[in-house]
Amino acid sequence: MAATLKLEIVTPEAMIFSGEVDMVTLSGVEGEMGIMPGHEPVMTQLTAGEVTVRQSGQNLFLAVGDGFVQITATRVNVLTDMAIKADDIDETMAAEAMQRAEARLSQKLSDEESATVHAALVHATTQLHVKRRHKK
Amino acid sequence: MASTRDIRRRIKSVKNTAQITKAMQMVAAAKMRKAQSAALVGRPYAQLLNEIMAEAALRTIGFDHPLMQSRPVAKRAVILVGTDRGLCGGLNSNLFREASKLDKHTTIFVTAGRKAAQFVGRTKRNLAAEFSYKDNPDFAEARAISKFVQQLFLKGEVDAVDILFPRFINTLTQSPQLVPFLPLGKISAATAGVNSPAQELPAGSSTDVFDFEPDEETVLGELLPHSLNFQMHQILLETKASEQSARMVAMKNATDNAKQIIKDLTLEYNKLRQANITKELLEITTAQMAVG
Repeated sequence: MAATLKLEIVTPEAMIFSGEVDMVTLSGVEGEMGIMPGHEPVMTQLTAGEVTVRQSGQNLFLAVGDGFVQITATRVNVLTDMAIKADDIDETMAAEAMQRAEARLSQKLSDEESATVHAALVHATTQLHVKRRHKK
Repeated sequence: MASTRDIRRRIKSVKNTAQITKAMQMVAAAKMRKAQSAALVGRPYAQLLNEIMAEAALRTIGFDHPLMQSRPVAKRAVILVGTDRGLCGGLNSNLFREASKLDKHTTIFVTAGRKAAQFVGRTKRNLAAEFSYKDNPDFAEARAISKFVQQLFLKGEVDAVDILFPRFINTLTQSPQLVPFLPLGKISAATAGVNSPAQELPAGSSTDVFDFEPDEETVLGELLPHSLNFQMHQILLETKASEQSARMVAMKNATDNAKQIIKDLTLEYNKLRQANITKELLEITTAQMAVG
């Protein structure tokens, strides 16, 4: 059994994370999942939230949006529409984005627009949530 | 015969044209770099999506999703992705030549870009809807188009959907290409719009049996439309890259032509000027000889 997992976190804009890790914790549709090497192959949906990556004794936190996760014994592939490392989150920017999204929600929107705005709101809230939890 | 003043005027006007085409070339070049890199950064995502779909396909024998239903094709829709503006060489005309080969009566067009809509209107073909997209196409615009055709397909108004768009090969070459969009016959081909090399499955993956959480219908029910939306997005990005490249090349040719014309006209102008001087000198000498 492999001692590490190959984790890849990819968004349509970029490859956010790629490397060998010891453990990944993420929130799926059925709740939090901790994934260690040798996991059963699973395909599931990812919900917006926090991803914790344990790499050589250190924890790395990321805020992610909705997406898909594919897990095999040696690999974890995460496809999501947003992923940002906790250290890179700009709290003021996220808060502003949240306010903008909320303001737009109060206006009359088409289905398409409201889907976009909702996604933006979820992204901003998740970012804020993750950032505040890990602020020292 | 043109007078020197006429030639001077023509040189001036050609110079102005050259200046404009040069500026357009610069703008297109800058936009092209941006569009090309935008089309490229989506590749890892596309590849991973492709991989997931391919592996999912192994598990889904016997699984039937409405989007995968293949029916005898009586009517089909073609998403025609053109540009908003002209002056991009033969890009649109090549595309529309391909489009005119499609059967007028059984094809419904869905267009993206103003030129494509104009073409469909001008040639009196069936237009189901027209969409627009910005210089930097975002995911929502792609989703709107993709959702619309998925609806058409699910309602049974069309039995197949193809996309016709100018594929970006390199800066000098773009060629119109027709790719199938719906139904999703083979899941593994779902990201065909992204010209990534065919994915080799990692060794051993065929023995992996995936569990789906909560269940395959839910996961694939989300995954399939998502991959279609993403494919549409990649195609819009690629079309933009093609458009800007084609425009840059077209404008470069125009600038070069204008420079050649200026050179020719300047030569002609100088010849005429010299001829005039010689004529005047001759007149003076003849006059002197006549007096003397």
